[in-house]
Amino acid sequence: MPDALALIANAAGKITREGLRATGRGATALPGLVALTLDPNFIGALSAELEHGVACVSGTNGKTTTARMLADISRTAGWDPIHNRSGSNLDRGVAAALLAHTTWSAEPQGNFGLFEIDEASLPSAVGHLRPRVVVVTNLFRDQMDRYFELDTLAKKIGEALAGLPATTILVLNADDPLVATLALGRDARTIFFGVDDPDVGGVVPQAISDATRCPRCKEPLKYSRVVLAHVGDWSCPACGLTRPPRDVSATKVVLGPDGSELALAGLIGGVFEAVRVPIPGLYNAYNALAALAAARALDLGLADAIRALGNFRPAFGRLETIEHQGRTLRFILVKNPAGFNAAIGALLETGRTPRLLAALSDRDADGRDVSWIWDADFEALAPSVEHAVITGLRSRDLALRFKYAGLPNERIEVVDDWAAAIDRATALAPEGGEVVVLATYTAMQSLRAVLARAGATVPFWED
Amino acid sequence: MDLRIAHLYPDLMNIYGDRGNVIALAQRAKWRGMAVEVRPYSVGEWSDPDWPDVWFFGGGQDQGQDIVGADLAGKNGAALRKSVDGGAAIFSVCGGYQLLGHEYIPETGPAIPGVGILDVTTRAGKKRFVGNLLADSPDGPLIGFENHSGRTYLGPRARPLGTVIAGNGNNGEDKTEGAVQGRVIGCYLHGSCLPKNPWLADRLLAWALGRRNEAVSLDPLDDKYELAAREQASEVARTRT
Repeated sequence: MPDALALIANAAGKITREGLRATGRGATALPGLVALTLDPNFIGALSAELEHGVACVSGTNGKTTTARMLADISRTAGWDPIHNRSGSNLDRGVAAALLAHTTWSAEPQGNFGLFEIDEASLPSAVGHLRPRVVVVTNLFRDQMDRYFELDTLAKKIGEALAGLPATTILVLNADDPLVATLALGRDARTIFFGVDDPDVGGVVPQAISDATRCPRCKEPLKYSRVVLAHVGDWSCPACGLTRPPRDVSATKVVLGPDGSELALAGLIGGVFEAVRVPIPGLYNAYNALAALAAARALDLGLADAIRALGNFRPAFGRLETIEHQGRTLRFILVKNPAGFNAAIGALLETGRTPRLLAALSDRDADGRDVSWIWDADFEALAPSVEHAVITGLRSRDLALRFKYAGLPNERIEVVDDWAAAIDRATALAPEGGEVVVLATYTAMQSLRAVLARAGATVPFWED
Repeated sequence: MDLRIAHLYPDLMNIYGDRGNVIALAQRAKWRGMAVEVRPYSVGEWSDPDWPDVWFFGGGQDQGQDIVGADLAGKNGAALRKSVDGGAAIFSVCGGYQLLGHEYIPETGPAIPGVGILDVTTRAGKKRFVGNLLADSPDGPLIGFENHSGRTYLGPRARPLGTVIAGNGNNGEDKTEGAVQGRVIGCYLHGSCLPKNPWLADRLLAWALGRRNEAVSLDPLDDKYELAAREQASEVARTRT
């Protein structure tokens, strides 16, 4: 039974939530902030009541999709997850998700906490939540003005994980050296996932590598295969550190325009199963492997997990589609070089010559520093682009990036107004055609709001 | 005419999108019909330190900066000084700028020596300067995004690249931003800097091409996109930083 302070915080948060929802607002953060202000341990007090415990999903890219996959898997197994689905993933987002699923006497209406945690918040969040399972998908540079440096962040996460009890199981990406080595400071169970298809990836590290040096001895890493940025089959010739054995592994990945087929293998049990991931892109195959590895850590059945993945629907800006004026708008949230490269990789590997609506903004949630676009591989994208309509608070920076990537001026058009930009991009696509929308977080919110007002069916991002 | 660009430590000093500076130099030379080659120069002995016309040296994470500092303390630092004496240009940003100075003085512990090509010294500061940075100079405005805790102070042989209008610049005290000394420039402008500050890109190009050519004159380019990006970013710096 939660203590008196948690009861008060719960009531105050719920009143805030009711108020916001009555005025038609999302309530994905503020109610949580109210509850946390009254009771800083609110998250811990309520999550301790959950029968199946708590799983945290963190990392730079893929946490929203991975957490949603795991939520679907847990539901197929009959669990009732409390999940911060909105992607509002700071402490207050977790608290808000709990508030949406508690009674007025602070009893949780659910038996499993599934929380997507911002990687910078992970060290403090695991302290409050005392999770059964912590998943880390990958660590790339992201919004440098907020997080500063990746090495420092990895060190902080490693220290926080080292402080967890031995009963907490880590689920880590073996192919990302910064993530795989997070387990070094711990003497407890870790489940590693990765890709073992020799046909996936090349041999040359990409320009935006964040971890070309060994996280343990700082000497240069050697790659026999590079999948994306610093993710791949790595080893350190100097100190002998190597990619850890994969407990959940894809030995074959077949990428298609609407999804991927994985051949799943693992060290334990020797299972070989076909897995269908119904959203395109190699990075979504990684997200599926992370979710399957987490399901194993939670002792959820593999057959249920595979069935749940097969029925998966993508989230806000993760290749979801919205119909508008006889065209399909395909939304891709971009926020850092690695995510951008993975997303355009998914586009180009399907042979598309996209008509783009590209939107760059620089509010806090986008990252105030737009420098990252110069690390993203626009040079790979530009030759395939049919036309780009460009908008956002920093539209001119984005137009300039396309120019220097070699996109001819006559294929670039800057349209400042959100609605006018959508109209123009839609008009340029043929009836029945596709517009690929690449946008940063707040730019995507603005574009979706315009579409909703224009009568398109736009899912509310809390679902 | 051809242009030779050296990218210093691209594997270690490569955060904050500074790669855009190399893209800008290369494209602006190519658009004028020149052949361009970019070569990486990283840790370990360089086989051809006399090759580059211009060096680019970007910012990095602390870990990268330690390794690079140690590398430049040896033969490679001497080779870089010799190259500059021979007429090569350098454009450096943030960590690269700091490493080209005399030394970096941390909060505790001994000073870390730099290459000493620029007459500047950097001290560790407590508060990190993060935000849009707008400066003015007799040759044109400068816009970028700063993200540094080091405070850099200029000696008599270096002159400031610009005067701060919005943001902090070198040290947050004397309103200076960046340093120029001969054909060597250092600054705190990420963004990337050169695409949005095309006059500075062309200044560096002219210096670089001048190393192996007489009387270089650069044809004007259509900088409509560049100036529009500069204007939009400057407005953000003036109103939202």
